[in-house]
Amino acid sequence: MRSFVTLLCGALAIGAAQAGGGTYVKLPGGEFSSVLNYEDSSSRVRVAPFGLMSLPVTNADFLGFVRAHPQWRRDAAPGVFAESRYLSHWAGPTQLGPNALPRQPVVWVSWFAASAYCKAQGAQLPTWSQWEYAAAADERRTDARSDPAWRERILDWYAQSSKPALPSVGLQRPNAYGVRDLHGLVWEWTDDFSALLVSADNRDQGDPDRLKFCGAGALAIKDRDNYAVLMRLAMLSSLEGADATANLGFRCAR
Amino acid sequence: MRHPLAAPLLLALAIVAQAAAATPTPLPRDSIYQLAAPLVDQGGRHLMLADKRGRAQVVVMFYTSCTLVCPTIIDTLLDLDRKLAPEERQRLGVLMVTLDAQRDNPAALKAVADKRSLDLGRWTLAQPQPTDVRAIAGLLGVRYRQLANGEFNHTSLLLLLDRDGRIVARSSKTSGLVDAQFIGRVRGVLAQP
Repeated sequence: MRSFVTLLCGALAIGAAQAGGGTYVKLPGGEFSSVLNYEDSSSRVRVAPFGLMSLPVTNADFLGFVRAHPQWRRDAAPGVFAESRYLSHWAGPTQLGPNALPRQPVVWVSWFAASAYCKAQGAQLPTWSQWEYAAAADERRTDARSDPAWRERILDWYAQSSKPALPSVGLQRPNAYGVRDLHGLVWEWTDDFSALLVSADNRDQGDPDRLKFCGAGALAIKDRDNYAVLMRLAMLSSLEGADATANLGFRCAR
Repeated sequence: MRHPLAAPLLLALAIVAQAAAATPTPLPRDSIYQLAAPLVDQGGRHLMLADKRGRAQVVVMFYTSCTLVCPTIIDTLLDLDRKLAPEERQRLGVLMVTLDAQRDNPAALKAVADKRSLDLGRWTLAQPQPTDVRAIAGLLGVRYRQLANGEFNHTSLLLLLDRDGRIVARSSKTSGLVDAQFIGRVRGVLAQP
């Protein structure tokens, strides 16, 4: 019996491997309590039903995209869309090489490049709310966020050095929705990353001279113990659209 | 229906047309005009972002129903205009792109232009496609979020583009008086041969 289960899991893993990040899982959506608490609205957000890639986009997936859309090769993409380190870990413009294995999540991609990839699929990057909603789940529960053990597990990942090579996608068990690797592998772009005004808000508090913001709607963090999500927020709010980093990848939603 | 000669003929015409138009130099890779973003201006005219190539621009993002900071963004731009010499002013365009691409149609943009007596020979108030707003803001480094009541919370920035659409300076001072250093950068760009 046990070996049968192992075998089955192996078969599933292979199935997922062949599909790459391209398989979309349906998420039911609904009322969701966001960690973000904007003063203009309640932290209860409505998430409409949506599909989310079960895995992050891999190097192999992204290579296919770059071959089909050569304007996104690292030697062709305009600097305004992708900084100089874009895909710099690949052996060549259309070659993965030893530092970019086919099954590793693609990293060193800008928001513009990630958006273009999703657009080519008839999809888009998930919004922050969609990502937060999907990532609230653990293997059994759709919202595991109040469980200290769940939080510990994610923090353990953050505590690890980012030096060792990135693992392949799909090695972790799927969450309750059937989505994998939302935690524990890479950071992920969201479509509305530049709506997160966290760092700027703090920087300009009480500085009337700069009048950086038009309108109200200051952001407060409701659940300050949820570091797993807060660290994502801090990271995303510090990025520009052309930025790329060694630990930042993406998946698409539709 | 398809004429056997149609394809070669079209190709020949295309080659002739391309030769006739003085072959434009390709855009620099660090030009924001790389983004193929269709816009509609306050007069209902369609244009591409890249149509602003050839004249230095000061670009801002705003929205018309904004009552707090956006009026001071326009004040700041008018202050810049006032501080430039007439011959400098003539060589500078001002491009205001709305964040509220759903509601800020040409009529709404025109109303603001009229109310503030903006020189529409040099100023363009533009409505992008709703799906392009995040990308345009991304190129400019503007962060924003739509509030529950339809207003926007956004960083306000003046960006100076050279004639090829490269960002050469930015200023977050938009409270009515333009930053002196920024004027210096504008003059520098306008003085380029």
